[in-house]
Amino acid sequence: MSTEVVPGFVAVVLVTVATLAIGTWGLRFSRTTSDFFVASRTVRPGLNASAIGGEYLSAASFLGVAGLVLTFGADMLWYPVGWTAGYLVLLVLVAAPLRRSGAYTLPDFAEARLGSRGVRALCSVLVVAIGWLYLLPQFQGAGLTLQAAIDAPTWVGPLVVAAVVLINVGSGGMRSITFVQAFQYWLKLTALLLPACVLLAVWAGDGAPNPTMGAGAGADYWSLPLGEGGAQGLYVTYSLIVATFLGTMGLPHVVVRFYTNPDGRAARRTTLVVLALLGAFYLLPPVYGALGRIYATDLATAGSDALVLELPRLMVDGILGEVLTGLVTAGAFAAFLSTSSGLSIAVAGVLSQDVTGRRFGTHRLSGIAAFRAGAVIAVVVPAWVSIAAPDVGVARTVGLAFAVAASTFCPLLLLGIWWRGLTAAGAIAGLVVGGVGSGLAVGWTLVTSETTGWVAVLLGQPAAWSVPAALATMVLVSRATRSRVPTHAGRFMVRLHTPESVDLQRT
Amino acid sequence: MRRWRRTHLGTEADRATFRTLHTASLAAPALREGLTEASAERSVRHLRTLLGTPAAALTDTSGVLAWEGLGHHHVAETTQVIADLSDGAPTRIAATIECSDPRCPVRQLVISPLVVEEVIVGALVVGAPNATGSLVRAANEVAAWVSGQLELARLDDSRTALMEAEVRALRAQISPHFIYNSLGAIASFVRTDPDRARELLLEFADFTRYSFRSHGDYTTLAEELRSVERYLLLEQARFGDRLKVTLRIAPEVLPVAVPFLCIQPLVENAVRHGLEASADKADGVGRLSITARDLDQECLIEVEDDGTGEDPERVRRALAGDASMDSVGLGNVDARLRNAFGDDYGLVVETAPGAGTKVIVRVPKFAPGVQL
Repeated sequence: MSTEVVPGFVAVVLVTVATLAIGTWGLRFSRTTSDFFVASRTVRPGLNASAIGGEYLSAASFLGVAGLVLTFGADMLWYPVGWTAGYLVLLVLVAAPLRRSGAYTLPDFAEARLGSRGVRALCSVLVVAIGWLYLLPQFQGAGLTLQAAIDAPTWVGPLVVAAVVLINVGSGGMRSITFVQAFQYWLKLTALLLPACVLLAVWAGDGAPNPTMGAGAGADYWSLPLGEGGAQGLYVTYSLIVATFLGTMGLPHVVVRFYTNPDGRAARRTTLVVLALLGAFYLLPPVYGALGRIYATDLATAGSDALVLELPRLMVDGILGEVLTGLVTAGAFAAFLSTSSGLSIAVAGVLSQDVTGRRFGTHRLSGIAAFRAGAVIAVVVPAWVSIAAPDVGVARTVGLAFAVAASTFCPLLLLGIWWRGLTAAGAIAGLVVGGVGSGLAVGWTLVTSETTGWVAVLLGQPAAWSVPAALATMVLVSRATRSRVPTHAGRFMVRLHTPESVDLQRT
Repeated sequence: MRRWRRTHLGTEADRATFRTLHTASLAAPALREGLTEASAERSVRHLRTLLGTPAAALTDTSGVLAWEGLGHHHVAETTQVIADLSDGAPTRIAATIECSDPRCPVRQLVISPLVVEEVIVGALVVGAPNATGSLVRAANEVAAWVSGQLELARLDDSRTALMEAEVRALRAQISPHFIYNSLGAIASFVRTDPDRARELLLEFADFTRYSFRSHGDYTTLAEELRSVERYLLLEQARFGDRLKVTLRIAPEVLPVAVPFLCIQPLVENAVRHGLEASADKADGVGRLSITARDLDQECLIEVEDDGTGEDPERVRRALAGDASMDSVGLGNVDARLRNAFGDDYGLVVETAPGAGTKVIVRVPKFAPGVQL
């Protein structure tokens, strides 16, 4: 083993051991208290927001954004902008009513609002699909990180992360412990902020060269906020905006966190803090991207996802560079672990409720066994795909997960919360149209690597057409079946939109 | 083809029986909700299929609830006919109608009373061109069947009412001993520690306010635990160091909706068991721990004491609702949990003589129909 891999190796081992230890013993340590009034302490919005941030900031945020900015330029800043602004939409339109509905997962919401087992089943399928699509880049990112850090083959990363997540989830640890997830956010922020400060100091010491003057090709459009290619670039940019702005509300591991808020008002406050925390975090990856433009131009064509991991070593020599590399590696690995376990739990929960917990003949698994079986399926499938098809960009796959979420759950949530006329038939039709449309796009992207021409553009970024199509289908089919509006719709709407402080005659 | 049908689907008679039973089963769920306009509307169409007549209607004792089929303009006559329903009236041809519409098939009305617990609650009215004896018999049988379903509905209602009465009883069950022992303990602090006495009095007021509140079947786990805390504070004021309590509550599960007063009785039992045994112990301390854990889709609440424990057979009888057992709370909590969340979510009690008792409650984070 050469000395170059030591800091990365130490960082990965430390993060892994820490995660496993917290998962195994953390529950006991953090809660052994005789403090009497612990029950009246609900989770405060600040803590809950950090936990959401910790679970939300994934490999795509930590590694992907910097790499994209390096390669494609400023138009890629729409990714972090959208990932943050998604919470603005969530704050204004969804957060408080969703909390007041009493639903824990998205299928729960669909069932409570529409009173239909069919919609619930369809939503469960979509949760699993989105969860897998989102897990895929986490595993790929893990492969990249380990490759950059310790020269391991790309299949090692997915295996390590999958194993750690499985052990953790299976042993009962890491079950959305708010405190642990909140800690992950601050770890990720630190792991990116400290090296960024040092690197900026180095950059200033070098006379602060301008990144847009770099030697790379296409320097003229690098700093423009739209994709290249005229109308196609414009379409891609708008589609990206639609997907990220509207997709956040449909992510299974984000929605379940809102249940922890005691009421709708707290849900709104939490979302507001999340906006601030994400805004702060997303200032950093573009810094790496811009610095990479000056100091790591050759990475732009070969493996730009590894930029964040390589940059400290390229810019700073000696022991400091090694320490910074270790720090960044640790942050990246923490990002995979926290996001993957959050997602795996969300997917495993749905699988255990609707698949592995079912009765097969006379045999039926108990609750915990069903959950473990669900967790194995939830982790193994995307891990296997990530090893079999390792060539899709990290941020791109995440973008597709957002597109699917935006084309399915966004119309369901928006219409379910704000329109009394939604029917079960309308919801099913809309979910199918949105799911199939964006699903085609996913299949296309995973199979081919073509990115030019209108077909490729439309299928590579489906949100701009699939979201309106799903919305329109939902509205039209609901109008056509208006006699089947659930009888309790009016009462349910009142519940969603009345603040808890108003004393309704809740009978 | 015909032979295949005969051998595989039964004879013509078999299939007729099957069809009849199927139609009856379609009408049953609505009728099990009792006799209302909505349930009458949903069931009467199957009843008409069953009788094979042009018109059928369900009425209560004052008017028509739902009319199915042709001749809707005869509702007024029907209302007149049912006005003179009297006890013990048999199924009969009640009226022969003069109708101005020559195509109207409803010429005669057969009326058959619906009787629940020997009281007439309504009638099944059948309209036909001419009522034969067999139609009267058929109407009689269908009305008897409908009466049976309505009686079952009445049974369901009384079961729910019983459950509600038990919750009310639980509320009133705050034992008089607890009240005057608490007041006595508070009184003992009035001179020595007036501030504490004041605080305890306020806790006492809040505790009783929560326990006697009259609205809502469900509450949040946070509210329920807050009440448990108040109760334990009052008990500790009385017993001091003889009672040690550990609370380990995952904050993530505090917003979960639970049936009102579903933890409180378990804690009271645990305190009693723990204290009963404390006299025999070396340090004379009864220990009690309350844990709430987050299991993703559900939450797990455990109430444990280190008391004398109980014979599992006696616990089984208490859970089955044996009134002679002294822990009324246990069976009631179990029944209400099952009622709210389904049979998968009953109480689990782990106990043995001399080994303490642990009561485990599982509550799903979301269940359809369960809301605050």
